[in-house]
Amino acid sequence: MLKAKGLSAGYGRIQVLHGVELELKKGEVVALLGRNGAGKSTLLKTLIGLLPARSGEVLLEDRPITELPAYRRAQLGIGYVPEERRIFPELSVRENLELAARPGGPWTIERVYELFPRLAEIEHRSGGYLSGGEQQMLTLARTLVTNPRLLLLDEPTEGLAPILVKAIAETVAELKAQGMPILLAEQNLAFTAGLADRGYVLETGEVRLKGPMRELVKDPRVKELLAL
Amino acid sequence: MELDLGFFVQQFLTGLATASTLFLLAVGLSLIFGALGIVNFAHGSFYMLGAYLLYWVARGDPEGLWWGMAVVVAIGLVLGALVERIFLRPVYPRPEHHQILLTYALLLVIEDGVKILFGSAYKSLGPPSALAMPVWILGAPFPAYYLVQILLAAAVAVLLWLFLKRTRVGLWIRAVTQDREMLEALGVPVPRLLTGVFALGIALAVLGGAATLPMQTVSPGVAVEAVISAFIVVVVGGLGSIWGSLLGAFLIGEIQAFGVMIWPEFSIAFVYLLMAVVLLVRPWGLLGRPPVVRT
Ligand SMILES: Nc1ncnc2c1ncn2[C@@H]1O[C@H](COP(=O)(O)OP(=O)(O)OP(=O)(O)O)[C@@H](O)[C@H]1O
Ligand SMILES: [Mg+2]
Repeated sequence: MLKAKGLSAGYGRIQVLHGVELELKKGEVVALLGRNGAGKSTLLKTLIGLLPARSGEVLLEDRPITELPAYRRAQLGIGYVPEERRIFPELSVRENLELAARPGGPWTIERVYELFPRLAEIEHRSGGYLSGGEQQMLTLARTLVTNPRLLLLDEPTEGLAPILVKAIAETVAELKAQGMPILLAEQNLAFTAGLADRGYVLETGEVRLKGPMRELVKDPRVKELLAL
Repeated sequence: MELDLGFFVQQFLTGLATASTLFLLAVGLSLIFGALGIVNFAHGSFYMLGAYLLYWVARGDPEGLWWGMAVVVAIGLVLGALVERIFLRPVYPRPEHHQILLTYALLLVIEDGVKILFGSAYKSLGPPSALAMPVWILGAPFPAYYLVQILLAAAVAVLLWLFLKRTRVGLWIRAVTQDREMLEALGVPVPRLLTGVFALGIALAVLGGAATLPMQTVSPGVAVEAVISAFIVVVVGGLGSIWGSLLGAFLIGEIQAFGVMIWPEFSIAFVYLLMAVVLLVRPWGLLGRPPVVRT
């Protein structure tokens, strides 16, 4: 579905990604592993188009989208859930959802309220007053209501209490069961182990290892790359 | 006693008329800064241009005011959209001083353009005949046209509020001030949105300028005066909020109207005094939001 071919990107003079090759196929959850600063977020930003590619290509269903602005990529079905959550702090929970909602799929505001009942309870609360867990639910819900065809999910468990990590894992599993392709950036190997089908391990902006998840979890080199 | 009250009301309404003009001028400046992050030094120039355009479109006929204003607003929308596309879009990624230089350059270009097209002499256009006679309010005469200005500004304030609060595009405009990139990543056509906001802000400035022509003469010098007034309004009221522009315009209009009674030669001093106090006590403006550090 989504492919990166020889993708390079960076900030100013610093090049972060060096010729990344990666693929996300229909219906699969793919883990993007790597320790702090490995380039996971940079890769996701380059895929959605918030960061320009310096070389290489991004393909969506074999169509090159490298030159398209981020909003066109989003309209074509790439759903991006940022690491920093980036809730609009001065808008209410409901407004955060309304501005993103796009018809053309199963996801409506009512439906994400069913998935995260907590959001319905606080729908009039201002985005700036949410807890970390609420922010994480809202950022995921906000991308879902755009009815994406695939998800780029950046460290959804970062800074969350174990009980919330479990809730997020259940949600991701549920989305997977519905056939949503997900590229899941994580440092947390345990979290991805039960969810992902395949994985890539990044180090200093290059893919060092890739393979089926059940092999990666046993591979001592993965633990080393993740500094576990 | 009755006469005193009449005089008081007269001054109050005069202040409201001034406030109406200031509001139309400042609210666009504020919207543009909020959404685009650009301080538009040319804002007063578009205001001045609005008055000239009305003069030109109405061909000296005061009865042409109504359709003339509609035409001028349409020109303002198109002009605003073109300026954003051609000049502003390339400078968004540039440092702030480049953006300031650019809008300052626009100010100079518009000023000279107006001098070339219309000359440096003052231009005027009287109010339409239906509004030429004063209305009497509590025994005091009051220019009927002022009421039109007040109603116009009130209508704009209500419509803008409804637009920002109740429509999806309005929601996007509120969101784009907070996180432009995230909004774009959610599939919202942000470049077009910014073009629209700039066009709207310019159309409001142009409308504000055109609406003053039946009461005031226009000359190229109006531009700088206007942009300074607009800055004072947004400093007092708070940048980026409609209500801030409304409150700032109201306070400054009334202070000028009543300041004239207390100290006619220096009524403007009261305005600067207000601005100084606001800057000391609430540097982000009366209804502005204090800067927040995002986590
Ligand atoms: N906005 C930026 N400007 C400059 N350098 C940046 C920027 N964002 C990230 N970097 C650098 O790019 C490299 C990769 O960062 P990135 O955020 O992609 O890593 P990551 O794998 O997502 O790490 P983490 O697990 O901490 O989120 C790091 O060296 C980082 O310092
Ligand atoms: Mg990251």
